[in-house]
Amino acid sequence: MTLTKADLVQVVAGKEFNRKNAAKIVETLLEKIKESLETGEDVLISGFGKFCVREKKKRRGRNPATGEDLILKSRKITTFKCSPVLAKRMNRK
Amino acid sequence: MNKSQLIEALAKEENLAIKKAEDVVNTVFGDLEKALIRGERVEVRGLGSFKVKTYDGYKGRNPKTGEVIEVAPKKLPFFKVGKELKERVDVD
Repeated sequence: MTLTKADLVQVVAGKEFNRKNAAKIVETLLEKIKESLETGEDVLISGFGKFCVREKKKRRGRNPATGEDLILKSRKITTFKCSPVLAKRMNRK
Repeated sequence: MNKSQLIEALAKEENLAIKKAEDVVNTVFGDLEKALIRGERVEVRGLGSFKVKTYDGYKGRNPKTGEVIEVAPKKLPFFKVGKELKERVDVD
């Protein structure tokens, strides 16, 4: 089973919102997280984890198909660091 | 941005009382947490997906004392960034 956005909408709808409203609220919540990361600012959800923006330096790479050398540009990536609280809860027997 | 700032931003945009927005944020992340604790995969289009990875145990060392310690096998969530977020974060 995979949990999807539809499940999130459903649990939010359980908080006295109609489905349409709940869907909009979930979308706004996700948008706020993305906006922050877009500006390079980390998002820390205590007890859950931290979404971090990291800068990767440019480096020399190779096209594995042609063997051709090329330069991979510097870029920004998003990483997730799990909260120790969540890690503990995931590993409790 | 931390959780209370996220709650504030949501409350403002959606005209919700802070308490209500707080309830929403806690509910959403609580739901994600429960799925991960059950070992389920999570997929949120636009943001990314989480899957539970199982790591083998290994012999580690305390870097300070040099003491050998047994690291038990563990499960951790692995986040794969979604297409939209990936493109929005990596702007030149």
